[in-house]
Amino acid sequence: MRAQAYLYSLAFVLAAGLSVPAAAQDTIKIGELNSYKSQPAFLDPYKKGMELALDEINSKGGVKGKKLELISRDDGGNPGEAVRVAEELVTREGVSMIAGTFLSHIGLAVTNFAGQKKVFFLAAEPLTDKITWQNGNKYTFRLRASTYMQTAMLMPAAIAAHAKRWALVYPNFEYGQAAAEAFKTLLKKAQPDVEFVTEQAPPLGKVDAGAVAQAIDDAKPDAIFNVLFGGDLAKFVREGNTRGVFKNRTVVSLLSGEPEYLDPLGAEAPVGWIVTGYPWDKIKTPEHVAFLTAYQKKFNDYPRLGSIVGYTTIKSIAAGLAKAKDLSADSLVDAFKGLYVQSPFGPFQYRASDHQATMGAFVGKIALEKGKGTMEDFKYVDGASVLPSDAEVAKLRPAGAN
Amino acid sequence: MSVLSVQSLGKAFGGVRAVDNVSFEIGKGEFLALIGPNGAGKSTTFNMINGQLAPDAGDILIGGKSTARMKPRDIWRLGVGRTFQVAATFGSMTVVENVQMALISHAGRILNLWRPAGSLYRGRALELLAQVGMADAADRPSRELAYGDVKRIELAIALANDPQLLLMDEPTAGMAPRERNDLIKLVKDLVVERGISVLFTEHSMDVVFSYADRIIVLARGRLIADGDAAAIRDNAKVQEVYFGTGKTFQEASP
Amino acid sequence: MTLNALLFQALNGLSSASGLFFIAAGLSLIFGVTRIVNIAHGSLYMLGTYIAYSLATKIGGAFGFWGGIVLTAIIVGVIGALIEIVLLRRIYRAPELFQLLATFALVLVINDATLWLWGPEDLLGPRAPGLAGAVEIFGRRLPSYDLFLIFVAPAVLIVLHFALAKTRFGRLIRAATQDREMVGALGVNQAVLFTSVFALGALLAGLGGALQVAREPANLATDLIAIGDAFVVVVVGGMGSITGAYLAAIIIAEVKALCIAIGVVDLGFMSVNFSKFTLVAEFIVMAIVLVTRPYGLLGKPQGMVRSVAEPEDPIRPATPMLKGLGAAVFILLLALPLLAQTSPYLMILAIDVLIAVIFATSLHFIMGPGGMHSFGHAAYFGLGAYGAALLVQLAGFPMLAALLAAPIIALLGALLFGWFAVRLSGVYLAMLTLAFAQIVWALVFQWESFTGGSNGVIGVWPSPPFDKSWVYYLLALALAVISVLLLRRFLFAPFGYAMRAGRDSALRAEAIGIDVKRIHWLGFAIAGCVCGIAGGLFAFAKGSISPEAISVGRSIDGLVMVLLGGIQTLVGPIVGASVYATLQDTVMRQTEYWRALLGLIILVLVLAFPQGIAGALSSLARKLGRKPGGAA
Ligand SMILES: Nc1ncnc2c1ncn2[C@@H]1O[C@H](COP(=O)(O)OP(=O)(O)O)[C@@H](O)[C@H]1O
Ligand SMILES: [Mg+2]
Repeated sequence: MRAQAYLYSLAFVLAAGLSVPAAAQDTIKIGELNSYKSQPAFLDPYKKGMELALDEINSKGGVKGKKLELISRDDGGNPGEAVRVAEELVTREGVSMIAGTFLSHIGLAVTNFAGQKKVFFLAAEPLTDKITWQNGNKYTFRLRASTYMQTAMLMPAAIAAHAKRWALVYPNFEYGQAAAEAFKTLLKKAQPDVEFVTEQAPPLGKVDAGAVAQAIDDAKPDAIFNVLFGGDLAKFVREGNTRGVFKNRTVVSLLSGEPEYLDPLGAEAPVGWIVTGYPWDKIKTPEHVAFLTAYQKKFNDYPRLGSIVGYTTIKSIAAGLAKAKDLSADSLVDAFKGLYVQSPFGPFQYRASDHQATMGAFVGKIALEKGKGTMEDFKYVDGASVLPSDAEVAKLRPAGAN
Repeated sequence: MSVLSVQSLGKAFGGVRAVDNVSFEIGKGEFLALIGPNGAGKSTTFNMINGQLAPDAGDILIGGKSTARMKPRDIWRLGVGRTFQVAATFGSMTVVENVQMALISHAGRILNLWRPAGSLYRGRALELLAQVGMADAADRPSRELAYGDVKRIELAIALANDPQLLLMDEPTAGMAPRERNDLIKLVKDLVVERGISVLFTEHSMDVVFSYADRIIVLARGRLIADGDAAAIRDNAKVQEVYFGTGKTFQEASP
Repeated sequence: MTLNALLFQALNGLSSASGLFFIAAGLSLIFGVTRIVNIAHGSLYMLGTYIAYSLATKIGGAFGFWGGIVLTAIIVGVIGALIEIVLLRRIYRAPELFQLLATFALVLVINDATLWLWGPEDLLGPRAPGLAGAVEIFGRRLPSYDLFLIFVAPAVLIVLHFALAKTRFGRLIRAATQDREMVGALGVNQAVLFTSVFALGALLAGLGGALQVAREPANLATDLIAIGDAFVVVVVGGMGSITGAYLAAIIIAEVKALCIAIGVVDLGFMSVNFSKFTLVAEFIVMAIVLVTRPYGLLGKPQGMVRSVAEPEDPIRPATPMLKGLGAAVFILLLALPLLAQTSPYLMILAIDVLIAVIFATSLHFIMGPGGMHSFGHAAYFGLGAYGAALLVQLAGFPMLAALLAAPIIALLGALLFGWFAVRLSGVYLAMLTLAFAQIVWALVFQWESFTGGSNGVIGVWPSPPFDKSWVYYLLALALAVISVLLLRRFLFAPFGYAMRAGRDSALRAEAIGIDVKRIHWLGFAIAGCVCGIAGGLFAFAKGSISPEAISVGRSIDGLVMVLLGGIQTLVGPIVGASVYATLQDTVMRQTEYWRALLGLIILVLVLAFPQGIAGALSSLARKLGRKPGGAA
């Protein structure tokens, strides 16, 4: 009877593995994977953004007469799982390219997979610099402004604060560590006498906010650089406000102006923080207004930054496909090098040198309007303006990555 | 030289002196009964002798060797078999496998990772089972057996290492009178044949008086009497402990 | 740092401790009485925060907040009672730990239900009416709500303490905690007792979650974080001891607060950021406590818990029919690459299934026959995977040599951890193994320069010819077959028998000269070693290894596989691993609500096959075989 059990399980495996969906020839399949379950706040709007872009493209007949077909998967929030899902998309679904990922380390694992298996990969959201620099490869491009870029965008404000004593707080994983590192390096270069009086690196999603806020206060910094986001940020802001940690201190903060992270703070949004973000209701450029109207009409909801990333990911892919001479990975790579894309933030380019998109971000101050956080005094910083030169990044990338 | 020598043994649990200054010996081939009312300290004495408990005071010599600080498994290696008051066998094994385990352990082959255990010493195990009258049940799961049969299996297990000394704490607990008698008779026959010394406890006085070579009596942790059946029967202290004053075994026994 | 700063951080620690205490107290009560390891306890806590958020914002005002907290506790208590009545009651007679599987499924379902009801965004509740400000202590501002929390935990502790000491219900709970069989003897209606204890435990979790509403946003990741912390607190405090739970909560919260207070320390040759140790502080505390005080700070040794389920059947060597079928299966698996030519993904999936089979079989080796419920088997998977990956990357090992080294590295780890673990038993052993696994996890996470930190080791791909997935599949198949057969051989050898003997009756085993601890230690080491093979295979299959792959999630997956297949059969882990790995793959293709779907499927399996799938099949076969004229 044990043998019977063997056979049942075998049959199960075979049945699951063999059920190959019929391949449709008149579409271009795009594989997409992301941590939908573990990062829903960002990725829900992201998904909507993708849907909107797909609608727009397919209603106009698709690309080169073929409709785009998006096959989305959850990557389980972990790199090993993500690689399996990527393989599934490629081998089972037969997609022409893969896109997506959110957390830096997952993005890195898929980047490596793409390089190894020679599959075209557009990293949508993961921010770590390694994706385009140290661990970059021929087949991987990245849309979102990297950790380095976002930090560099905040540099002018950080330097202008003329603060000598800085405290850092960041989630203890690739993204947080890289941002803190970049911030320290850049600030030290600009202001050699700067002193970093404390560094708090709580585990992602588990910040002990009261204690962390207090430790920062006790270090008596003049200014604070924050990399926490999501639930960690909300806890930290509430505790910090109650305890008066932010009083009379400049706070420079990554991503905190994004609606995903700002809106949950409600009326407690930390006024005066200098942040990168997305003031969706205040950007009046025609590209953005068109996007906003379409988005609101389709979903009856306002866009978050994730919506922009999702939307632009698909738009980038469509542009790349239109330019590519065929669907092979090498042709896609050629097409993406120097590719121009129209986005709600205006036009940008995928650099040939390091495969990084130059799409920028908005830098401004958090303000409170009608009991809700928003950004004021903001301006759009073009990604190209903060990226190192082609010659410099060539040194950062491994040999043969281009 | 005596097989087992217990010298001024003592053990207290919190304030209760479960065993208090108890000394006795067992000679070779002797069938010694340890009796006493519930809570007298019999199981505690057993547990010290086989290493389950460390004594607070006194010493235990088995074959002249002090075992007071030894672990049960090392005492077993000196040739001491035992059965438990609450029978303990390996429920997920067959009857014969239970006995084979003891034989394998006795042969020092427990750490073997390769030879299928089912074929090791099966013949010898079946012999032992035959001796306790359980050969027919050899391949049944031991957890399915009736309690009395489990006790027999324990006996077979205890005999597996050719013990010099057999410790049996209430081997007949939970058995019908007929069964009790049969089991003790069986034990007696086996040990006489092999010259094994036995220390056992038993509640049925009939059984004790008809089979034991010698009887020692515990009450409240102290040894109050030591002698043959006749001497114990007439011992006033023992009678007092068992029945209060004024009664004797003859009157009390059914 | 000044003394005042330190004292003030101690206050912060006290207020964090209160949340930990509520969830841990409930968990401890439930475990003490019902012996159920309720993984869904963190989910109840999370629900508490969400429900309290809704009440506080929908009703609003002081009543909405404070009344909402009380109401939330009651609602969650009722949910707990329903869970017990509708689900758990049906499977009390299943083999030990099986209820864990059901509560694991609940975690998945509740998480998706929460997502569905409240949406993905973090929900930050209002500040507590009347306690929105801060008070000045030691020249620093402490939120008044934190001060309130500092007092509310001991208040509840005292109430519980008296309730347990003075009421009949309390005495029953204590009696049942000490000796479960006694409850039946006392003539108590066990069903009512279990339901009320479950409700009380859930109520405490709900209260704890609700009280957090003013401090942190309701967040979908809270469930797993909370349950992880709660386990640690319960074990450190001692199972079933409410006061112990409070003490442990304080110790752990204080250790963390201290790490944060210390911050970066310059040691001259290197600087250490203590705030990073909050990640592992609780597990180090737990390991130290369990090694020195095996039953936790205030716990008592638990009476032997005799499983209410029937013990397993004796194992029998393979019949010729089974051998024939096994060979047929093997040949089919050998031929799989031919089938895979039309669907290449089959190879990828099959490799994953084979890795899962090795993982689950090695875990079953100690869980089933060894009776040691390891909650930290991921450690050995991780040691194997990281060992292989680092040997390739840092020492330039060729792939096959690294694959060979993986089990050896895992073996060394298992020898070390196992030595401590086998000194404990039952749930304490489970928790110590978990602690060790978390320490390994934290080590690889923290030691960035060596292990790559959160990124892990990237770029360890198989070398030719194994870069073709069908060749790698054959390698994995060979290793899986060898592992399974080897472990099976061990189980039929004296060693395996001795391991089961030690599990069935340690008393009897010791009395026939078996050194049970030593045998179990070696068993633990063998399981860890074989598990290392799975880890090595995994690293090369994915081209990378990262901390997530060796986190608690993997240990739980292993448990789920073993229990799903049936812990009492040797083929159970193979069936369980195959079914679960395939299920996960199939279900995850639905991006929406795949967790709930997976949870529901597990629940159905749990209710349909309380002995596991293979267990059910074999009892079915036995029943058929016993019917006169039936196929024997
Ligand atoms: N583990 C223990 N802890 C505390 N007291 C014990 C323990 N074992 C036995 N006792 C006490 O020691 C005394 C002797 O018990 P025991 O040796 O079991 O008696 P007997 O076997 O003669 O009935 C009793 O009072 C009993 O309550
Ligand atoms: Mg007794």
